[in-house]
Amino acid sequence: MKITVCIGSSCHLKGSRQIVERLQELIAKNGLQDQVELAGTFCMGNCQNGVSVMLDEELLSLSPETVDSFFETRVFSANQG
Amino acid sequence: MHKFDTNVQYLKYKVLREVARLAWADRLLEGAIDIPKTIVPGKIPTMRCCVYKERAILAERVKLAMGSSEQHNSNVIEVIDIACDECPVGGYEVTDACRGCLAHRCADACKRGAITFDSHQKASIDKSKCVECGACAKVCPYTAITNRNRPCENACKVKAISMNESKAASIDNKKCIACGACVYQCPFGAISDKSFILNVIDMIKKSDSNRKYKVYAVVAPSISSQFTYAKLGQVISGIQELGFFTVVEAALGADMVAYAESKELVEKGLLTSSCCPAFVDYIKKQFPALEKYISHNLSPMATIAKYIKETDPGSKVVFIGPCTAKKMEFHKPEVRPFVDSVITFEELQALFDSKDLDITTLEEGVLDNASYFGRIFARSGGLADAVRQGLKEHGYEDFDYKPVSCDGIEECRKNLLRLLKNVPAGNFIEGMACVGGCIGGAGCLTHGEKNKDEVDRYGREAYEKNISDAIRVLK
Repeated sequence: MKITVCIGSSCHLKGSRQIVERLQELIAKNGLQDQVELAGTFCMGNCQNGVSVMLDEELLSLSPETVDSFFETRVFSANQG
Repeated sequence: MHKFDTNVQYLKYKVLREVARLAWADRLLEGAIDIPKTIVPGKIPTMRCCVYKERAILAERVKLAMGSSEQHNSNVIEVIDIACDECPVGGYEVTDACRGCLAHRCADACKRGAITFDSHQKASIDKSKCVECGACAKVCPYTAITNRNRPCENACKVKAISMNESKAASIDNKKCIACGACVYQCPFGAISDKSFILNVIDMIKKSDSNRKYKVYAVVAPSISSQFTYAKLGQVISGIQELGFFTVVEAALGADMVAYAESKELVEKGLLTSSCCPAFVDYIKKQFPALEKYISHNLSPMATIAKYIKETDPGSKVVFIGPCTAKKMEFHKPEVRPFVDSVITFEELQALFDSKDLDITTLEEGVLDNASYFGRIFARSGGLADAVRQGLKEHGYEDFDYKPVSCDGIEECRKNLLRLLKNVPAGNFIEGMACVGGCIGGAGCLTHGEKNKDEVDRYGREAYEKNISDAIRVLK
Protein backbone atom coordinates (compact mmCIF):
# COMPACT_ATOMS: atom_id res chain seq x y z
CA MET A 1 0.00 0.00 0.00
CA LYS A 2 1.28 3.44 -0.89
CA ILE A 3 0.21 6.66 0.81
CA THR A 4 1.28 9.82 -0.97
CA VAL A 5 0.80 13.05 0.94
CA CYS A 6 0.75 16.36 -0.93
CA ILE A 7 3.52 18.59 0.39
CA GLY A 8 2.84 21.45 -2.01
CA SER A 9 2.62 24.93 -0.48
CA SER A 10 -1.12 25.01 0.01
CA CYS A 11 -1.38 21.59 1.65
CA HIS A 12 1.75 22.24 3.66
CA LEU A 13 0.08 25.25 5.24
CA LYS A 14 -3.01 23.16 5.95
CA GLY A 15 -0.95 20.67 7.92
CA SER A 16 0.54 18.07 5.59
CA ARG A 17 3.68 17.89 7.72
CA GLN A 18 1.64 17.05 10.82
CA ILE A 19 -0.15 14.36 8.83
CA VAL A 20 3.12 12.88 7.61
CA GLU A 21 4.52 12.98 11.13
CA ARG A 22 1.46 11.24 12.59
CA LEU A 23 1.39 8.62 9.85
CA GLN A 24 5.08 7.90 10.41
CA GLU A 25 4.35 7.41 14.10
CA LEU A 26 1.32 5.19 13.51
CA ILE A 27 3.07 3.08 10.89
CA ALA A 28 6.03 2.54 13.22
CA LYS A 29 3.83 1.84 16.25
CA ASN A 30 1.89 -0.81 14.37
CA GLY A 31 4.94 -2.29 12.70
CA LEU A 32 3.64 -1.65 9.20
CA GLN A 33 6.88 -0.30 7.72
CA ASP A 34 7.09 -3.19 5.27
CA GLN A 35 3.47 -3.01 4.14
CA VAL A 36 2.96 0.75 3.87
CA GLU A 37 5.08 3.10 1.80
CA LEU A 38 4.80 6.76 2.71
CA ALA A 39 5.78 9.37 0.12
CA GLY A 40 5.38 13.03 -0.66
CA THR A 41 4.61 14.91 -3.84
CA PHE A 42 4.18 18.53 -4.86
CA CYS A 43 0.59 19.40 -5.71
CA MET A 44 -2.14 17.03 -6.80
CA GLY A 45 -4.18 19.80 -8.42
CA ASN A 46 -6.76 19.65 -5.64
CA CYS A 47 -5.56 22.56 -3.53
CA GLN A 48 -9.05 23.72 -2.49
CA ASN A 49 -9.70 20.46 -0.66
CA GLY A 50 -6.27 19.94 0.92
CA VAL A 51 -4.61 18.24 2.54
CA SER A 52 -4.66 15.97 -0.49
CA VAL A 53 -3.64 12.37 0.08
CA MET A 54 -3.48 9.52 -2.42
CA LEU A 55 -4.16 6.07 -1.05
CA ASP A 56 -2.82 4.00 -3.94
CA GLU A 57 -5.00 5.40 -6.77
CA GLU A 58 -7.68 7.03 -4.63
CA LEU A 59 -7.61 10.78 -3.96
CA LEU A 60 -8.66 11.75 -0.43
CA SER A 61 -8.82 14.89 1.66
CA LEU A 62 -7.41 14.72 5.15
CA SER A 63 -6.67 17.11 7.96
CA PRO A 64 -4.46 16.64 11.01
CA GLU A 65 -7.71 15.96 12.97
CA THR A 66 -8.89 13.15 10.69
CA VAL A 67 -5.60 11.36 10.19
CA ASP A 68 -6.08 8.94 13.09
CA SER A 69 -9.45 7.71 11.95
CA PHE A 70 -8.17 7.48 8.37
CA PHE A 71 -5.33 5.28 9.54
CA GLU A 72 -7.61 3.07 11.54
CA THR A 73 -10.29 2.55 8.90
CA ARG A 74 -8.22 2.54 5.72
CA VAL A 75 -4.68 1.55 6.59
CA PHE A 76 -4.63 -0.53 9.76
CA SER A 77 -7.65 -2.66 8.88
CA ALA A 78 -6.46 -3.28 5.33
CA ASN A 79 -3.12 -4.56 6.57
CA GLN A 80 -4.38 -7.04 9.15
CA GLY A 81 -4.08 -10.75 8.54
CA MET B 1 8.51 50.14 -17.01
CA HIS B 2 9.54 47.79 -14.26
CA LYS B 3 12.45 48.61 -12.10
CA PHE B 4 15.87 47.48 -13.23
CA ASP B 5 19.19 48.72 -11.91
CA THR B 6 20.38 49.85 -15.33
CA ASN B 7 19.23 50.64 -18.85
CA VAL B 8 21.43 47.81 -20.07
CA GLN B 9 19.23 45.35 -18.21
CA TYR B 10 16.15 47.09 -19.58
CA LEU B 11 17.37 46.73 -23.14
CA LYS B 12 18.20 43.06 -22.64
CA TYR B 13 14.76 42.57 -21.12
CA LYS B 14 13.05 44.17 -24.12
CA VAL B 15 14.82 41.78 -26.48
CA LEU B 16 13.91 38.77 -24.33
CA ARG B 17 10.31 39.94 -24.14
CA GLU B 18 9.98 40.32 -27.92
CA VAL B 19 11.63 36.96 -28.57
CA ALA B 20 9.27 35.31 -26.07
CA ARG B 21 6.23 37.10 -27.49
CA LEU B 22 6.94 35.72 -30.96
CA ALA B 23 7.75 32.27 -29.57
CA TRP B 24 4.41 31.96 -27.77
CA ALA B 25 2.69 32.91 -31.03
CA ASP B 26 4.79 30.50 -33.15
CA ARG B 27 6.03 33.42 -35.23
CA LEU B 28 9.66 33.56 -34.13
CA LEU B 29 11.14 32.13 -37.32
CA GLU B 30 9.76 34.86 -39.54
CA GLY B 31 9.62 37.60 -36.91
CA ALA B 32 13.04 37.44 -35.21
CA ILE B 33 14.74 39.47 -37.92
CA ASP B 34 12.41 42.42 -37.28
CA ILE B 35 12.99 42.60 -33.52
CA PRO B 36 15.86 45.13 -33.70
CA LYS B 37 13.65 47.52 -35.66
CA THR B 38 10.77 47.02 -33.24
CA ILE B 39 13.03 48.14 -30.40
CA VAL B 40 14.85 50.92 -32.30
CA PRO B 41 12.19 52.17 -34.71
CA GLY B 42 13.27 55.71 -35.54
CA LYS B 43 16.23 57.30 -37.29
CA ILE B 44 17.78 59.03 -34.32
CA PRO B 45 20.30 56.96 -32.38
CA THR B 46 20.03 56.95 -28.59
CA MET B 47 22.76 54.49 -27.66
CA ARG B 48 25.38 54.26 -30.41
CA CYS B 49 26.71 56.19 -33.38
CA CYS B 50 23.76 55.36 -35.61
CA VAL B 51 20.56 53.31 -35.56
CA TYR B 52 22.16 50.77 -37.90
CA LYS B 53 24.83 49.90 -35.38
CA GLU B 54 22.23 49.85 -32.64
CA ARG B 55 20.18 47.38 -34.66
CA ALA B 56 23.22 45.28 -35.53
CA ILE B 57 23.99 44.92 -31.85
CA LEU B 58 20.36 44.17 -31.10
CA ALA B 59 20.46 41.41 -33.70
CA GLU B 60 23.27 39.85 -31.65
CA ARG B 61 21.19 40.22 -28.50
CA VAL B 62 18.33 38.45 -30.25
CA LYS B 63 20.67 35.52 -30.99
CA LEU B 64 21.69 35.35 -27.33
CA ALA B 65 18.06 35.52 -26.24
CA MET B 66 17.44 32.58 -28.56
CA GLY B 67 20.23 30.54 -27.03
CA SER B 68 23.49 31.54 -28.60
CA SER B 69 25.22 33.45 -31.30
CA GLU B 70 28.21 31.15 -31.33
CA GLN B 71 27.11 27.55 -31.45
CA HIS B 72 30.62 26.29 -30.78
CA ASN B 73 31.00 28.28 -27.55
CA SER B 74 30.00 26.12 -24.61
CA ASN B 75 30.25 29.01 -22.15
CA VAL B 76 26.90 30.48 -21.11
CA ILE B 77 28.56 33.90 -20.88
CA GLU B 78 29.36 35.49 -24.23
CA VAL B 79 30.90 38.70 -25.52
CA ILE B 80 29.02 40.64 -28.21
CA ASP B 81 32.11 41.72 -30.14
CA ILE B 82 30.55 44.60 -32.04
CA ALA B 83 29.18 46.07 -28.82
CA CYS B 84 32.64 46.10 -27.24
CA ASP B 85 35.30 48.29 -28.78
CA GLU B 86 35.84 51.60 -27.13
CA CYS B 87 36.74 51.22 -23.48
CA PRO B 88 40.06 52.64 -22.34
CA VAL B 89 42.71 50.05 -21.62
CA GLY B 90 45.40 52.20 -20.03
CA GLY B 91 45.41 50.71 -16.55
CA TYR B 92 46.79 52.95 -13.79
CA GLU B 93 47.39 56.49 -14.98
CA VAL B 94 48.27 59.77 -13.30
CA THR B 95 45.62 62.42 -13.98
CA ASP B 96 45.69 66.21 -14.03
CA ALA B 97 44.78 66.17 -10.37
CA CYS B 98 48.43 65.45 -9.54
CA ARG B 99 49.68 68.56 -7.75
CA GLY B 100 53.35 67.79 -7.89
CA CYS B 101 53.59 67.51 -4.12
CA LEU B 102 56.68 67.01 -2.05
CA ALA B 103 55.78 63.83 -0.26
CA HIS B 104 55.84 61.50 -3.28
CA ARG B 105 53.97 58.79 -1.43
CA CYS B 106 53.22 57.21 -4.81
CA ALA B 107 56.88 56.63 -5.56
CA ASP B 108 57.42 55.33 -2.05
CA ALA B 109 54.55 52.86 -2.39
CA CYS B 110 55.71 51.59 -5.77
CA LYS B 111 57.88 48.53 -5.28
CA ARG B 112 58.81 48.43 -8.96
CA GLY B 113 60.22 51.92 -9.26
CA ALA B 114 57.71 52.72 -11.98
CA ILE B 115 56.93 56.28 -10.86
CA THR B 116 59.00 59.12 -12.26
CA PHE B 117 58.62 62.90 -11.88
CA ASP B 118 58.98 65.72 -14.35
CA SER B 119 60.57 69.10 -13.68
CA HIS B 120 57.32 70.27 -11.98
CA GLN B 121 57.35 67.27 -9.65
CA LYS B 122 54.36 65.80 -11.44
CA ALA B 123 54.25 62.03 -11.43
CA SER B 124 53.97 59.68 -14.35
CA ILE B 125 53.95 55.90 -14.55
CA ASP B 126 56.46 53.94 -16.59
CA LYS B 127 54.25 51.29 -18.13
CA SER B 128 57.19 49.00 -18.85
CA LYS B 129 57.72 48.63 -15.09
CA CYS B 130 54.17 48.96 -13.74
CA VAL B 131 52.44 45.73 -12.69
CA GLU B 132 49.04 47.39 -12.12
CA CYS B 133 49.07 46.64 -8.39
CA GLY B 134 47.35 49.91 -7.53
CA ALA B 135 49.49 50.68 -4.47
CA CYS B 136 50.26 54.23 -5.75
CA ALA B 137 46.58 55.02 -6.28
CA LYS B 138 45.77 53.99 -2.72
CA VAL B 139 48.26 56.38 -1.13
CA CYS B 140 47.83 59.51 -3.28
CA PRO B 141 46.29 62.19 -1.04
CA TYR B 142 44.67 63.83 -4.07
CA THR B 143 43.35 60.57 -5.54
CA ALA B 144 45.13 61.71 -8.67
CA ILE B 145 45.93 58.19 -9.86
CA THR B 146 43.04 56.32 -11.42
CA ASN B 147 42.62 52.90 -12.82
CA ARG B 148 41.60 53.12 -16.45
CA ASN B 149 40.77 49.44 -16.57
CA ARG B 150 37.82 48.07 -18.35
CA PRO B 151 34.82 47.56 -16.08
CA CYS B 152 34.55 43.94 -17.24
CA GLU B 153 38.15 43.23 -16.29
CA ASN B 154 37.65 44.95 -12.96
CA ALA B 155 34.50 42.94 -12.34
CA CYS B 156 36.15 39.64 -13.20
CA LYS B 157 38.00 38.73 -10.03
CA VAL B 158 39.04 35.37 -11.42
CA LYS B 159 40.90 37.18 -14.21
CA ALA B 160 39.21 35.37 -17.06
CA ILE B 161 38.84 38.50 -19.22
CA SER B 162 41.51 40.00 -21.40
CA MET B 163 41.55 42.09 -24.57
CA ASN B 164 41.97 40.49 -27.98
CA GLU B 165 43.76 41.99 -31.02
CA SER B 166 40.73 44.05 -32.01
CA LYS B 167 40.52 45.46 -28.47
CA ALA B 168 37.32 43.60 -27.69
CA ALA B 169 36.94 41.67 -24.47
CA SER B 170 37.69 38.00 -24.66
CA ILE B 171 36.71 35.41 -22.08
CA ASP B 172 39.03 32.56 -21.21
CA ASN B 173 36.61 29.68 -20.74
CA LYS B 174 39.21 27.73 -18.81
CA LYS B 175 39.04 30.37 -16.09
CA CYS B 176 35.48 31.70 -16.38
CA ILE B 177 33.14 30.50 -13.62
CA ALA B 178 30.01 32.00 -15.25
CA CYS B 179 29.22 34.15 -12.21
CA GLY B 180 28.00 36.93 -14.50
CA ALA B 181 29.82 39.78 -12.73
CA CYS B 182 31.00 41.11 -16.10
CA VAL B 183 27.49 40.83 -17.53
CA TYR B 184 26.16 43.05 -14.79
CA GLN B 185 29.10 45.47 -14.80
CA CYS B 186 29.67 46.15 -18.50
CA PRO B 187 28.14 49.62 -19.01
CA PHE B 188 27.45 48.87 -22.68
CA GLY B 189 25.90 45.47 -22.19
CA ALA B 190 28.59 43.94 -24.38
CA ILE B 191 28.74 40.74 -22.34
CA SER B 192 25.62 38.73 -21.83
CA ASP B 193 24.37 35.40 -20.57
CA LYS B 194 22.72 33.07 -23.05
CA SER B 195 19.05 32.55 -22.54
CA PHE B 196 17.09 29.33 -22.45
CA ILE B 197 13.65 30.94 -22.45
CA LEU B 198 12.84 29.30 -25.77
CA ASN B 199 13.41 25.84 -24.27
CA VAL B 200 11.11 26.78 -21.41
CA ILE B 201 8.38 28.13 -23.67
CA ASP B 202 8.64 25.03 -25.82
CA MET B 203 8.45 22.78 -22.76
CA ILE B 204 5.33 24.55 -21.51
CA LYS B 205 3.61 24.50 -24.90
CA LYS B 206 4.33 20.83 -25.54
CA SER B 207 3.09 19.86 -22.08
CA ASP B 208 -0.47 20.45 -23.32
CA SER B 209 -1.40 22.41 -20.18
CA ASN B 210 0.54 19.96 -17.98
CA ARG B 211 -1.47 17.00 -19.24
CA LYS B 212 1.34 15.23 -21.12
CA TYR B 213 3.85 15.94 -18.39
CA LYS B 214 4.06 18.45 -15.58
CA VAL B 215 6.38 21.43 -15.70
CA TYR B 216 7.58 22.38 -12.22
CA ALA B 217 9.10 25.77 -11.42
CA VAL B 218 11.73 25.69 -8.70
CA VAL B 219 12.33 29.21 -7.42
CA ALA B 220 15.38 30.44 -5.55
CA PRO B 221 14.79 32.04 -2.14
CA SER B 222 16.31 35.31 -3.36
CA ILE B 223 13.01 35.83 -5.16
CA SER B 224 11.88 37.42 -1.89
CA SER B 225 14.05 40.45 -2.66
CA GLN B 226 12.82 40.75 -6.26
CA PHE B 227 9.61 41.83 -8.00
CA THR B 228 9.08 44.28 -5.18
CA TYR B 229 6.36 46.08 -7.14
CA ALA B 230 4.10 43.09 -6.47
CA LYS B 231 3.43 40.66 -3.64
CA LEU B 232 5.40 37.43 -3.63
CA GLY B 233 2.14 35.47 -3.82
CA GLN B 234 1.30 37.33 -7.03
CA VAL B 235 4.64 36.40 -8.53
CA ILE B 236 3.85 32.76 -7.72
CA SER B 237 0.44 33.08 -9.38
CA GLY B 238 2.15 34.73 -12.35
CA ILE B 239 4.49 31.76 -12.75
CA GLN B 240 1.48 29.45 -12.78
CA GLU B 241 -0.29 31.70 -15.28
CA LEU B 242 2.67 31.24 -17.61
CA GLY B 243 1.77 27.57 -17.67
CA PHE B 244 3.84 25.98 -14.94
CA PHE B 245 2.08 23.21 -13.05
CA THR B 246 3.23 24.34 -9.62
CA VAL B 247 5.97 26.29 -7.88
CA VAL B 248 8.36 24.72 -5.38
CA GLU B 249 10.93 26.43 -3.19
CA ALA B 250 14.56 25.63 -3.96
CA ALA B 251 14.94 26.47 -0.28
CA LEU B 252 13.49 23.05 0.54
CA GLY B 253 16.42 21.60 -1.38
CA ALA B 254 18.57 23.88 0.77
CA ASP B 255 17.04 22.36 3.91
CA MET B 256 17.89 18.92 2.58
CA VAL B 257 21.43 20.04 1.77
CA ALA B 258 21.97 21.64 5.18
CA TYR B 259 20.80 18.46 6.89
CA ALA B 260 23.06 16.21 4.80
CA GLU B 261 25.98 18.60 4.74
CA SER B 262 26.15 18.95 8.52
CA LYS B 263 26.42 15.15 8.76
CA GLU B 264 29.07 15.06 6.06
CA LEU B 265 31.00 17.77 7.88
CA VAL B 266 31.17 15.71 11.06
CA GLU B 267 32.33 12.67 9.10
CA LYS B 268 35.01 14.49 7.12
CA GLY B 269 36.03 17.22 9.55
CA LEU B 270 36.56 19.83 6.84
CA LEU B 271 34.31 20.86 3.97
CA THR B 272 33.87 23.51 1.33
CA SER B 273 30.26 24.14 0.34
CA SER B 274 28.79 22.93 -2.93
CA CYS B 275 25.75 25.21 -3.25
CA CYS B 276 27.26 27.94 -5.39
CA PRO B 277 28.15 26.52 -8.81
CA ALA B 278 30.59 29.34 -9.53
CA PHE B 279 32.49 28.63 -6.29
CA VAL B 280 32.64 24.91 -7.05
CA ASP B 281 33.82 25.64 -10.59
CA TYR B 282 36.43 28.05 -9.22
CA ILE B 283 37.90 25.34 -6.98
CA LYS B 284 37.94 22.82 -9.81
CA LYS B 285 39.58 25.24 -12.23
CA GLN B 286 42.02 27.11 -10.02
CA PHE B 287 42.52 24.93 -6.93
CA PRO B 288 42.27 21.33 -8.17
CA ALA B 289 44.20 20.10 -5.13
CA LEU B 290 41.29 21.22 -2.94
CA GLU B 291 38.62 19.37 -4.89
CA LYS B 292 38.60 16.61 -2.27
CA TYR B 293 37.14 19.04 0.26
CA ILE B 294 34.08 19.95 -1.83
CA SER B 295 30.90 18.63 -0.26
CA HIS B 296 29.45 15.72 -2.19
CA ASN B 297 25.96 17.10 -1.90
CA LEU B 298 24.26 18.33 -5.02
CA SER B 299 23.23 21.99 -4.91
CA PRO B 300 19.82 22.87 -3.43
CA MET B 301 18.47 23.34 -6.97
CA ALA B 302 19.62 19.89 -8.09
CA THR B 303 18.62 18.24 -4.80
CA ILE B 304 15.01 19.39 -4.90
CA ALA B 305 14.82 18.74 -8.66
CA LYS B 306 16.03 15.18 -8.06
CA TYR B 307 13.28 14.69 -5.50
CA ILE B 308 10.65 16.05 -7.89
CA LYS B 309 11.84 13.73 -10.66
CA GLU B 310 11.73 10.77 -8.29
CA THR B 311 8.18 11.50 -7.15
CA ASP B 312 6.95 12.45 -10.63
CA PRO B 313 8.96 10.64 -13.31
CA GLY B 314 8.68 12.23 -16.73
CA SER B 315 8.08 15.69 -15.31
CA LYS B 316 10.14 18.73 -16.29
CA VAL B 317 11.90 21.03 -13.84
CA VAL B 318 12.83 24.64 -14.56
CA PHE B 319 14.92 26.58 -12.07
CA ILE B 320 14.18 30.30 -11.76
CA GLY B 321 16.83 32.26 -9.91
CA PRO B 322 19.29 35.12 -9.73
CA CYS B 323 22.18 33.16 -11.14
CA THR B 324 23.95 32.87 -14.48
CA ALA B 325 26.26 30.13 -13.18
CA LYS B 326 23.22 27.89 -12.66
CA LYS B 327 22.91 27.95 -16.45
CA MET B 328 26.34 26.35 -16.53
CA GLU B 329 25.57 23.99 -13.62
CA PHE B 330 22.48 22.41 -15.14
CA HIS B 331 24.50 21.23 -18.13
CA LYS B 332 26.77 19.17 -15.89
CA PRO B 333 26.25 15.42 -16.25
CA GLU B 334 25.44 14.99 -12.55
CA VAL B 335 22.70 17.67 -12.69
CA ARG B 336 21.34 17.29 -16.24
CA PRO B 337 19.03 14.36 -15.40
CA PHE B 338 17.17 16.49 -12.84
CA VAL B 339 17.07 20.05 -14.14
CA ASP B 340 15.67 20.68 -17.62
CA SER B 341 16.29 24.38 -17.88
CA VAL B 342 17.36 27.51 -15.99
CA ILE B 343 16.15 31.08 -16.34
CA THR B 344 16.86 34.23 -14.35
CA PHE B 345 14.54 36.71 -12.64
CA GLU B 346 15.26 39.12 -15.50
CA GLU B 347 14.01 36.50 -17.90
CA LEU B 348 10.98 35.72 -15.75
CA GLN B 349 10.00 39.39 -15.94
CA ALA B 350 10.37 39.25 -19.72
CA LEU B 351 8.17 36.13 -19.83
CA PHE B 352 5.46 37.82 -17.75
CA ASP B 353 5.40 40.80 -20.07
CA SER B 354 5.60 38.69 -23.22
CA LYS B 355 2.16 37.47 -22.22
CA ASP B 356 1.07 40.95 -21.07
CA LEU B 357 0.61 39.53 -17.64
CA ASP B 358 0.25 42.26 -15.02
CA ILE B 359 1.01 40.23 -11.93
CA THR B 360 -0.17 43.03 -9.63
CA THR B 361 -3.74 42.21 -10.71
CA LEU B 362 -3.48 38.51 -9.82
CA GLU B 363 -4.66 36.84 -6.65
CA GLU B 364 -1.92 35.82 -4.27
CA GLY B 365 -0.78 32.23 -4.54
CA VAL B 366 1.07 30.51 -1.74
CA LEU B 367 4.68 29.41 -1.53
CA ASP B 368 5.67 27.54 1.59
CA ASN B 369 7.77 24.41 1.49
CA ALA B 370 11.00 25.24 3.29
CA SER B 371 12.15 26.28 6.73
CA TYR B 372 13.69 29.55 7.84
CA PHE B 373 17.11 27.98 7.39
CA GLY B 374 16.56 26.86 3.82
CA ARG B 375 15.35 30.30 2.90
CA ILE B 376 18.29 32.24 4.28
CA PHE B 377 20.65 30.40 1.90
CA ALA B 378 19.96 33.34 -0.39
CA ARG B 379 22.33 35.58 1.47
CA SER B 380 25.93 35.32 2.56
CA GLY B 381 26.22 33.54 5.90
CA GLY B 382 22.86 31.78 5.55
CA LEU B 383 24.33 28.44 4.59
CA ALA B 384 26.73 28.51 7.54
CA ASP B 385 23.80 29.28 9.89
CA ALA B 386 21.79 26.44 8.39
CA VAL B 387 24.62 23.93 8.80
CA ARG B 388 24.92 25.02 12.45
CA GLN B 389 21.23 24.25 12.84
CA GLY B 390 21.71 20.95 11.00
CA LEU B 391 24.43 19.95 13.47
CA LYS B 392 22.11 20.81 16.34
CA GLU B 393 19.21 18.82 14.92
CA HIS B 394 21.46 15.81 14.31
CA GLY B 395 22.62 16.07 17.93
CA TYR B 396 26.23 16.83 17.02
CA GLU B 397 26.40 19.64 19.53
CA ASP B 398 29.88 18.77 20.72
CA PHE B 399 31.31 19.14 17.21
CA ASP B 400 33.64 22.13 17.22
CA TYR B 401 31.98 24.04 14.37
CA LYS B 402 34.02 26.85 12.87
CA PRO B 403 32.29 28.25 9.81
CA VAL B 404 33.88 30.79 7.50
CA SER B 405 31.50 32.66 5.23
CA CYS B 406 33.30 33.93 2.13
CA ASP B 407 31.26 36.81 0.79
CA GLY B 408 32.25 37.17 -2.87
CA ILE B 409 34.85 35.39 -4.97
CA GLU B 410 37.77 37.45 -3.63
CA GLU B 411 37.10 36.24 -0.11
CA CYS B 412 36.69 32.75 -1.48
CA ARG B 413 40.11 33.05 -3.05
CA LYS B 414 41.73 34.21 0.20
CA ASN B 415 40.27 31.32 2.13
CA LEU B 416 41.12 28.76 -0.53
CA LEU B 417 44.72 29.98 -0.50
CA ARG B 418 44.78 29.50 3.27
CA LEU B 419 43.35 26.03 2.88
CA LEU B 420 45.99 25.26 0.27
CA LYS B 421 48.66 26.19 2.81
CA ASN B 422 46.96 24.00 5.40
CA VAL B 423 46.00 26.93 7.59
CA PRO B 424 42.25 27.15 6.97
CA ALA B 425 40.39 29.80 8.94
CA GLY B 426 37.74 27.27 9.94
CA ASN B 427 36.38 23.82 9.19
CA PHE B 428 33.40 24.77 7.06
CA ILE B 429 34.11 27.10 4.16
CA GLU B 430 30.92 28.63 2.79
CA GLY B 431 31.73 30.05 -0.62
CA MET B 432 29.50 32.47 -2.50
CA ALA B 433 30.89 33.94 -5.71
CA CYS B 434 28.61 36.98 -5.62
CA VAL B 435 29.05 39.64 -2.97
CA GLY B 436 26.11 39.45 -0.59
CA GLY B 437 25.37 35.89 -1.72
CA CYS B 438 22.70 34.94 -4.25
CA ILE B 439 20.88 38.25 -3.76
CA GLY B 440 23.90 39.80 -5.49
CA GLY B 441 23.47 37.51 -8.51
CA ALA B 442 23.79 38.87 -12.01
CA GLY B 443 20.31 37.70 -12.97
CA CYS B 444 18.55 39.77 -10.31
CA LEU B 445 16.31 42.61 -11.48
CA THR B 446 17.59 44.86 -8.74
CA HIS B 447 20.43 44.76 -6.24
CA GLY B 448 19.61 46.75 -3.15
CA GLU B 449 20.95 47.19 0.32
CA LYS B 450 17.66 46.08 1.82
CA ASN B 451 17.65 42.77 -0.03
CA LYS B 452 19.30 40.95 2.86
CA ASP B 453 16.60 42.15 5.24
CA GLU B 454 13.96 41.00 2.75
CA VAL B 455 15.48 37.52 2.70
CA ASP B 456 15.61 37.33 6.49
CA ARG B 457 12.03 38.53 6.76
CA TYR B 458 10.91 35.94 4.21
CA GLY B 459 12.84 33.33 6.21
CA ARG B 460 11.01 34.23 9.40
CA GLU B 461 7.67 33.93 7.60
CA ALA B 462 8.30 30.26 6.85
CA TYR B 463 5.73 27.99 8.45
CA GLU B 464 8.44 25.53 9.47
CA LYS B 465 10.95 26.78 11.97
CA ASN B 466 13.45 23.98 11.78
CA ILE B 467 15.05 21.83 9.12
CA SER B 468 13.87 18.40 10.29
CA ASP B 469 10.24 19.46 10.15
CA ALA B 470 10.59 20.91 6.65
CA ILE B 471 12.12 17.70 5.30
CA ARG B 472 9.95 15.37 7.40
CA VAL B 473 8.56 13.28 4.55
CA LEU B 474 11.74 13.43 2.49
CA LYS B 475 13.98 11.71 5.00
